[in-house]
Amino acid sequence: MNAARSALQDKTSVISLGASGVDRGVESSGAPLVRLQWQPVGDGSPEVAWSLAQLVGDAGDADCLGSRIDRANAEVLERILTAQPVWVDVAAHASEVWPDMGRTLLHAGPPIAWNDMCGPMKGAVVGAVLYEKWAATQQEAEQLVAAGGIRFAPCHEFGAVGPMTGIISPSMPLFVVLNQTTGNRAYAPMMESGGAKTLRFGAFAPEVIEGLKLIENVLAPCLKAAVAGIDGGLPLKPLMSQSLHMGDDVHNRNTAATLLLYRAVTESLLKSSISRDLVHETLRTIGADDMFFLSLSMAACKATMDAAHGVPFSSIVTAMARNGVNVGIRVSGLNGQWFVGPADIPVGLFLPGFSEADANPDIGDSAITETAGLGAFAMAAAPAMVQFVGGTPQDALRYSREMAHVTIGRNPGFTLPMLDFIGAPVGIDIRKVVDESMRPVINTATAHKEPGMGIIGAGVVQAPMKCFVDAVGALATVAGR
Amino acid sequence: MAIQSSIKANLYKDSVSLMRISQVTVARTGVQRVTLLMGTRSNKEFLQQAGLMSPALESAKPGDIMIVVADDAPEKLAAAEREIHSLIAGEKPKGGSNEAAAEAPPRSISGGVAIADHADLALISVPGPYAAAEALKALRRGLNVLLFSDNVPIEQEVAIKRVAAQKGLLVMGPDCGTAIINGVPLGFANVVRRGAIGLVGASGTGLQEVMCQIHRHGQGISQAIGTGSHDVSSEVGGITMLHGLELLAADAQTKVVAVVSKPPAPDVQKRVIERARAIGKPVVICFLGGELAASAGNVHRTSSLEETARQAVALAGARQPGGDEQSIEALATRVCASLAPSQRYLRGLYSGGTFCSEAQTIWRAAGIRARSNAPLAGADRLVDVAESHGHTAIDLGSDEFTVGRPHPMIDYGVRIERLLKEADDPTVACIVLDVVLGYGSHPNPAEILAPAIRRAKAAARAQGRELPVICFVCGTDSDPQPYEIQKAMLADAGAEIVGSSTGAARSAQAIASRMAADDNATARRAMQGGER
Repeated sequence: MNAARSALQDKTSVISLGASGVDRGVESSGAPLVRLQWQPVGDGSPEVAWSLAQLVGDAGDADCLGSRIDRANAEVLERILTAQPVWVDVAAHASEVWPDMGRTLLHAGPPIAWNDMCGPMKGAVVGAVLYEKWAATQQEAEQLVAAGGIRFAPCHEFGAVGPMTGIISPSMPLFVVLNQTTGNRAYAPMMESGGAKTLRFGAFAPEVIEGLKLIENVLAPCLKAAVAGIDGGLPLKPLMSQSLHMGDDVHNRNTAATLLLYRAVTESLLKSSISRDLVHETLRTIGADDMFFLSLSMAACKATMDAAHGVPFSSIVTAMARNGVNVGIRVSGLNGQWFVGPADIPVGLFLPGFSEADANPDIGDSAITETAGLGAFAMAAAPAMVQFVGGTPQDALRYSREMAHVTIGRNPGFTLPMLDFIGAPVGIDIRKVVDESMRPVINTATAHKEPGMGIIGAGVVQAPMKCFVDAVGALATVAGR
Repeated sequence: MAIQSSIKANLYKDSVSLMRISQVTVARTGVQRVTLLMGTRSNKEFLQQAGLMSPALESAKPGDIMIVVADDAPEKLAAAEREIHSLIAGEKPKGGSNEAAAEAPPRSISGGVAIADHADLALISVPGPYAAAEALKALRRGLNVLLFSDNVPIEQEVAIKRVAAQKGLLVMGPDCGTAIINGVPLGFANVVRRGAIGLVGASGTGLQEVMCQIHRHGQGISQAIGTGSHDVSSEVGGITMLHGLELLAADAQTKVVAVVSKPPAPDVQKRVIERARAIGKPVVICFLGGELAASAGNVHRTSSLEETARQAVALAGARQPGGDEQSIEALATRVCASLAPSQRYLRGLYSGGTFCSEAQTIWRAAGIRARSNAPLAGADRLVDVAESHGHTAIDLGSDEFTVGRPHPMIDYGVRIERLLKEADDPTVACIVLDVVLGYGSHPNPAEILAPAIRRAKAAARAQGRELPVICFVCGTDSDPQPYEIQKAMLADAGAEIVGSSTGAARSAQAIASRMAADDNATARRAMQGGER
């Protein structure tokens, strides 16, 4: 017999789980007692429960599978915390970044075929085809796609992230964010202004295409010049950190972050040789859209989480993304694999005239922010956000507290004033999600389920348990070999 | 009867909570039958057997509650369902959107460890298919484990016990109903004095009976380590029993060790005795129903729970308690005088499995062949557990009686039904009942058992015979249900109160032997042409 202290000593302190009453003697004896509000793990399958138990770390056994996972996760956390995402450039066109993309459209979420796409994503595909002038009308565009003329791939597999439908076509300009610590880059398309009708929500009316052209021809060159004028690029982490202290979650609320960005680019643009009209147009566009910063937030998070991907044995989620039908996650130690489950409809507020019946299931790559410990995980910083779900400021605190149950660490770079400046919880561990039966919360906007209709609301949604349960099963198989 | 079924998804509740909700619903709405079960495969099979399964329930997952209500009046069903839902909802954490919810109780072992005061033991009573996984998580966190749950796959039991052995941690169970560790009662446990006698047992009620008797003899318990009944099988190899002996050997407070178990697998038995020989303290070993080997050196072999307690008390240096042979004989003589010739058979209606085994052991030694739903090795199994046959000892705590309802130590319903049924049988000479006190057991068993005993005796008397009911109470005066009061209430109902499980089985045996002898005498007289 080695190490451990004997079971028979002066004091017994009990954790009790299961049937009520079995621990009544413990209670009466006055011994310390903690009663769990136990639920069967994950989806209630005993097989998953047993697999999960094999993955639990053990401080007294460095060689057991769980301890190896814990070590890998410590490495992943280190990579997340030390990431230094910096906005360094604007790519004038996506085809510059991926020269051989041809007629490829990147989309949000896990892989999906045209026939399976939800309404808004189909609408955005049509819009992108029109924008690229691969077709002249909606019918032609749909025929082209149906005939297999377009290749589809997830943004995530290209180091990119797209909001909502997340469609990226070859002509679209992209923000370029460099993770200075590791040298990897991440990309995201710019936020379209234009209120409800935008490509990212599946609208493709002529004014939507005009908006995309404005981005391509005005915003992109201006912002490229602006960032070039900022020595060494714009470090995003300090900006995001400051925004949290100003009431943003840097996912669904980017009001402060957009203003901070505005401040940074204004000075740089005014120093540049760009015409006053173009500068004005650019600043007007940014200033008119509280969400403009979201693209940079997403790219910063993607640059961070890609650096954390591919650590053998790690059980940390490095991507959580939705295509409007399914939610998919990727896990650091399960390189490249997607684990998918059906997407739920967000719970929240709807714009006048719309209801849950109009809503598309959860969609977009923006949950990369939650994956990196922002958004709903940092909701304590953004009590204004809970109005979307009819909640109270206390709910905002609760979300941030609860998510600490499914994460492995806290980010001292992203602190939450209302929680005594403790770091936002970060590093979603599939083991904890399943063990606690607690699904990650995501702050999100809601798209209309029909193509072309646009945004209809915003709220809160949870990733499906199935993704995490399947990933636990895969990790038990892969890592156990 | 109209039956209505529905599912409450994604909400796990333990069976005790569900049964409580059923009971309250029946009480408040008067609906005839409410069945609430989690949507596991075995629960669905149970509903199938009971004729309560419906297509609406097929999709229920193990984390969903299956709700079945049945009544002749369909309008009652809706009221019952409403009541069920409100009772279920009423148990949600209060406060909804405020801090109370933020500080909800932890759901996982690691969450519990994070807030506990140096937790060192996990008491696990979740459904068997999930139990070993929780135990493994607890072991990884450095906790000892008491696994109350049953139906744990044996290969999982072996796996967790191997991890525990590596880490020097104790796994009691699976299917471990009782233990006392460092004075803390776990599971079904009686309140006993602390003292010099350490117990290890693969038998829950056996441990309870021995610890209660030791207490009543004025001595005390240092530790009581339950191993669960599968531990002594050759698959598991007695890992916990051997570890328990080791722990008690090293425990300064323990002066005498007693082991209570059904007979282990031969290789395990050999190892247990070897280990017992080596621990340098007196060890009393009772393998109930096994071959009685000779005592040697520090190892003393006993054949009944009563003898085990007496030996342990004597070895601990107290005066050996006296026997009660005389009172047993007196009881048999008194009782038999009132029996009719047709009354020949014994019926043991036990809630403790060990008591059922001990009775069979004692009866067999006296040449009485009894049937059981839990027969000793080589004995006859009851064909139909619902029908007694000849001499019968039934363990009403075994699975066939407990699926979907509480253990008979908590719910006396099944036992009372059976008692009344046996009372109708003119061949029954006496009925034996155990009454188990302590934490986890019924809060006041005598209150419901006494009227049932009165009814049973009255029913027999109405058919022209006396029905002796022999009771023993496994408990102490420190238990939540005071021992003396329980005994007095049962005696007042006409039960014959005996001091131990062993004494009860012996008394029954004495009665049966006399009735058989009388029977022979009658037969001889008939053959000799004497009066009938």
